[in-house]
Amino acid sequence: MAQGHFILYDKEFQGFQIALKKLLADSYAKIVFLVDKNGSLLASAGETADFDTTSLASLAAGNIAATGGLASLIGEKEFSILFHEGERDNMHISVVADRLILVVIFDRRSSVGLVRLRVRRASTQLERILRDVDEKALADEDGGIEELTEEDIESLLK
Amino acid sequence: MSFINYSSREINCKIVYYGPGLCGKTTNLQYIYRRMNPDSRGKMISLATETERTLFFDFLPLSLGEIRGFKTRFHLYTVPGQVFYDASRRLILRGVDGVVFCADSQLTRMDSNVESMENLRINLREQGVDGDRLPLVMQYNKRDLPHAASLSDLHALLNYRNVPEFEAVAKSGVGVFETLKAIIKYILVDLKKGGR
Ligand SMILES: Nc1nc2c(ncn2[C@@H]2O[C@H](COP(=O)(O)OP(=O)(O)O)[C@@H](O)[C@H]2O)c(=O)[nH]1
Ligand SMILES: [Mg+2]
Repeated sequence: MAQGHFILYDKEFQGFQIALKKLLADSYAKIVFLVDKNGSLLASAGETADFDTTSLASLAAGNIAATGGLASLIGEKEFSILFHEGERDNMHISVVADRLILVVIFDRRSSVGLVRLRVRRASTQLERILRDVDEKALADEDGGIEELTEEDIESLLK
Repeated sequence: MSFINYSSREINCKIVYYGPGLCGKTTNLQYIYRRMNPDSRGKMISLATETERTLFFDFLPLSLGEIRGFKTRFHLYTVPGQVFYDASRRLILRGVDGVVFCADSQLTRMDSNVESMENLRINLREQGVDGDRLPLVMQYNKRDLPHAASLSDLHALLNYRNVPEFEAVAKSGVGVFETLKAIIKYILVDLKKGGR
């Protein structure tokens, strides 16, 4: 999985979305999103229009990467849960199956204990979907987008 | 590692600007940010020290329109160049799809260029990425300065793979978009081949 592309098909994408929607509702959060460790946004739910999700995704990944670096310096594998407390909004960041990052932003309507509980349940579900993603990747060895032509590429760069 | 979402029909790729401290990596991104149509770019984020040296990374997301019905997004990152930020550089390289190696043309910076190139290869190898196959383009920056090395010297010292190379004055934008286009093209061609 270190090589090639990370390819997400409709079924698993929908699966992620459904899992996130459920987490959003169950945890009374404002927004939840799922990012890969490289900072790409995979799926999100909630008041996404109010947030710059692209930047959030990149910084959440940077955050996990940096604390992961800190962890290894003190002989830990990773800090798999991060919690940032703000004046109004709080952020719960956790690693799913070593590869994905689940971010929950919530305010006073919820609590860190509840979020943690719901995140644990959602993670199991997300892990299951991720296994399907991997199985498809194995079945479809070269993946990618075979039909790309020189002209396609040139037209994008005009 | 590019991320392809067949459901929302998006391709995400990660480009890292690598090179020694002060060679002009952040300046490249700033120029791209200023010149891009606001519809095509997101916010530029710089995690920098108070003296504007890159501390962790700069980040600039671009969305460049569609290719075969897929929206294309490119995430541009820079690394901090100073030798002692090696841990951060390794983190930022994770999942990279293509590298722009930005060299400082000043004669006095040749050792730093070579050292940074070596460092790039080592850090890629550590993640199991073949530094001889990853999409890479060279940018020789600061061509405006009087004590600049010759192109042939830069080529001989740094471009051992003989990849596309560009002269640049990032401060005024010369060569910046040529470099960006070249790495995007390289990545897409690589994508077409079905990845590494
Ligand atoms: N003369 C000259 N200066 C440049 C050029 N590009 C960048 N600089 C300057 O070099 C310094 C370092 O640039 P910066 O982008 O922060 O370097 P980084 O460490 O690679 O991110 C800044 O003062 C820039 O204005 C160039 O093409 N010519
Ligand atoms: Mg910089």
